[in-house]
Amino acid sequence: MRQIADDAVRRLRANPAAVLAMFVISGIIVVTLFGPWLNPNNTQALDWLHLAARPSGENAHWFGTDRLGRDLFVRTLAGTRVSIAIGLVASAISLIVGVGYGAVAGYVGGRTDHLMMRMIEILSGLPLIFFIIFLTVIFGRSESLLFISIGAVGWLTMARIVRGQTLSIRQQEFIAAAIASGASTGRIIIRHVIPNVIGPVVVYATLTVPQIILFESFLSFLGLGIQEPGASLGTLIAEGVGEMEAAPWILLIPGGFLAVLLLCLNIFGDGLRDALDVKEA
Amino acid sequence: MDATLSIDELRISFAHRGGTIEAVDGVSLRIAPSECVGIVGESGSGKTQLFLGVMGLLAANAELRGRIRFEGNEMVDTAARNRVRGSRLTMIFQDPLTSLTPHLTIGTQLAEVLVHHMGLPWSEARSGAGRMLERVRVPEPQRRLTQYPHELSGGMRQRVMLAMALLCEPSLVIADEPTTALDVTIQAQIIELLRAVRGEFGMALALISHDLAVVAGLADRILVMYAGRIVENAAALDLFRNPRHPYTAELLKCSPSLSGPRFARLPTLKGLPPRPGEKLEGCAFAPRCPRAADRCRVESPALEGTRSSQVACHFPLTA
Amino acid sequence: MIDAGIPLLRVRNLLVEFDGRTAVREVSFDLFGGETVGLVGESGSGKSTLARAILRLLQPTRGSVEFMGVDLGTSAAQLRAQRRNLQIVFQDPLASLNPRMSVGDAIAEPLKIFERGLSASGRREKVAAMLERVGLSGGVAGRYPHEFSGGQCQRIAIARAMVLNPKLLICDEAVSSLDVSIQGQIVNLLLDLQRETAMAMLFISHNLAVVRHLSHRVLVMYLGRLVEVCEGEALFAAPLHPYTRALLAAVPRLPGAADGELSPAPIEPAEIATASGCAYRDRCPFALPLCASSEPPLEETAAGHWVACHRSHEMLYPLS
Repeated sequence: MRQIADDAVRRLRANPAAVLAMFVISGIIVVTLFGPWLNPNNTQALDWLHLAARPSGENAHWFGTDRLGRDLFVRTLAGTRVSIAIGLVASAISLIVGVGYGAVAGYVGGRTDHLMMRMIEILSGLPLIFFIIFLTVIFGRSESLLFISIGAVGWLTMARIVRGQTLSIRQQEFIAAAIASGASTGRIIIRHVIPNVIGPVVVYATLTVPQIILFESFLSFLGLGIQEPGASLGTLIAEGVGEMEAAPWILLIPGGFLAVLLLCLNIFGDGLRDALDVKEA
Repeated sequence: MDATLSIDELRISFAHRGGTIEAVDGVSLRIAPSECVGIVGESGSGKTQLFLGVMGLLAANAELRGRIRFEGNEMVDTAARNRVRGSRLTMIFQDPLTSLTPHLTIGTQLAEVLVHHMGLPWSEARSGAGRMLERVRVPEPQRRLTQYPHELSGGMRQRVMLAMALLCEPSLVIADEPTTALDVTIQAQIIELLRAVRGEFGMALALISHDLAVVAGLADRILVMYAGRIVENAAALDLFRNPRHPYTAELLKCSPSLSGPRFARLPTLKGLPPRPGEKLEGCAFAPRCPRAADRCRVESPALEGTRSSQVACHFPLTA
Repeated sequence: MIDAGIPLLRVRNLLVEFDGRTAVREVSFDLFGGETVGLVGESGSGKSTLARAILRLLQPTRGSVEFMGVDLGTSAAQLRAQRRNLQIVFQDPLASLNPRMSVGDAIAEPLKIFERGLSASGRREKVAAMLERVGLSGGVAGRYPHEFSGGQCQRIAIARAMVLNPKLLICDEAVSSLDVSIQGQIVNLLLDLQRETAMAMLFISHNLAVVRHLSHRVLVMYLGRLVEVCEGEALFAAPLHPYTRALLAAVPRLPGAADGELSPAPIEPAEIATASGCAYRDRCPFALPLCASSEPPLEETAAGHWVACHRSHEMLYPLS
């Protein structure tokens, strides 16, 4: 395992686009975590003297302000942080639930598998937006609800991928050898099945993060996600669209962050897939 | 008379993890018209790569150096290969199921060869395909034409592959482990068939196998390969009676037989063949050789001898 | 040596069907402690399916398998408890090892399952000792299967199977995918291990020469049935079933081999198994009308030599 990971890292390093993407992502994460300390403004304070001000170094509004005079630098960083957090948490949920569910369905097989897969079909048949509106109506809007509802649906594809992989692994002789050695079903799934599906799983999880970030932004843009005065890239973009003609930076700055983040995550995910693809070249 | 195939100092290497792996390390050989040459070696000896190189079917990361002449023409580029490949020069593989297209009928796949290489119209090509199936002793050839590869047994598929290889009257057929995936009784039939077909078509045959006994019944001459080189080249009967290279001798000793004492320890070759890419000073077989001396570990022996019998060994066994 | 008391493994009327096809048909045999039973047959004969059904890697349709007096079909807990004495080595050594598990962990796994009391260091010692017993260095435990050659992987698979000192080792084509020079090494290793531990073996192979070398008794399977069972070397010297004869005749021989000339041209095989009568009759040069109507039972034709053929008595005298 360690050796295979080493190989993958080596191949990843040989891919300049992926390495650059990784640096940009790490840079963005570092800036969102520590950037707000460098700037005297906070996310909610209103600066009446500078309403919809242009980006400038003079008045400490480095990215300018919005219509209400809130500092865009801190708000963009806070919004990016929220978006990344949602992406990571929802992907982690989908990873844990999806891998467990898929491995059990694929390995146990038979009727259990049948039943578990019908469940997935029913869930993926639900119109997602409608589902989220429905939940928001019942429980009210909250960040945690957003995390849970995206995560709850995000694992479906992961479970399908893992099940498919597991079905082919189950046919392999080392599984028969493990059964013949007296290993229990749980042990086989944890020690023999899951380590062998980890490659495609990691790749898919990496590609899930930008999908979820985009989806969250989309929901927030529609007003279903993070709510004012909180910020995510989606709410910031929604706000910016309103001022597009008079103060384009209010749209362009968070929009640029989103675009760069998604691009880098996708490039990194593709690089990771290529690095893990060749098993033993 | 000119050789059908002649290869000079062929080297094939693969780029791998920044380094290169030599799969074929300076091989020269001739195959005369209608001659059957057996190429024997263990896995990793380079026997398959050598002939994939001749066919121009090497993987993308392979590099080929050396000279290949087929029917007197240099095979320098893809165009030269494409003129002969699939018509004058054909190859059959170990696994006939993966070498046939799964979603086309046998008849279509066979007829396509005739249409493509000989320019026959489809109707003629189809009847030609049927006649060829008959010549490789496929029962009910007309029905087979309409069947798909998965509907045939392994032995039948190998017959179809052979029919496809023979369609354009090739001057050389390369058979890479044609019986390895088959049961013994089927294997015996395919060997029998190859023997009969050789007589009928008069083409040269390069029979690649890991099994000396499979080659024994067919080949006029046998080349033994070890670690990317030819270590012995001799007429088949001479090779079995008087092997001169210690590797050949050891290999003959450890071939399992249906006689001899049971439960006794089998004679074995000690150690393992060199790993791909492992560079050895001197003779590659020296670490496993019972006759190895200091010289063998320093100086790599060249393939030397008369036209009919050559051996690459500093201390060959005497005939 | 062979313990001729109570059989270690007792297979009775085992029937395995899948996809509407009968892969193993009413197979019965005993296997005694310390004995090696060879099982030969071509692809489709059901020999690997039989092995998997014995190990309950697949569920037999009917019939029973008793191991050390315990019916393996009655309870899952008993079956798992018996597995420490009943191990298997497969054909493809690389495929039978988990690519993401170090070879040391692979060999340690049966110990973790059956010897819970053993400490981590005790396990490490046993793994190293086992690696050395199969001819590898104890220091390779941290490496992964793809770093080894086919022959070495087979040694590792044997080490995993032997680490609990099983009473029965099933070898399913365990040497078939190896190079000739390595085959002999593995056969010798199995013989050594058998001498040390007095284990029994069920040695499944299509390679008749290897089976002859290792086996005290040989079973011949054709299309799911046992067609010939014979003790000692008589099967190879004087086979009684026409199928066994064809099988032996088809083995490619080196010129000058002590056991005779090149094989005669064998018979075209039938592609479809016949429903009634003798399954081999379509390929059999000696078939009678009787062979189409009734299936011959497995009968003791000579001492220690059982054959399922209507004409086996005639076969005792050379037919030409």
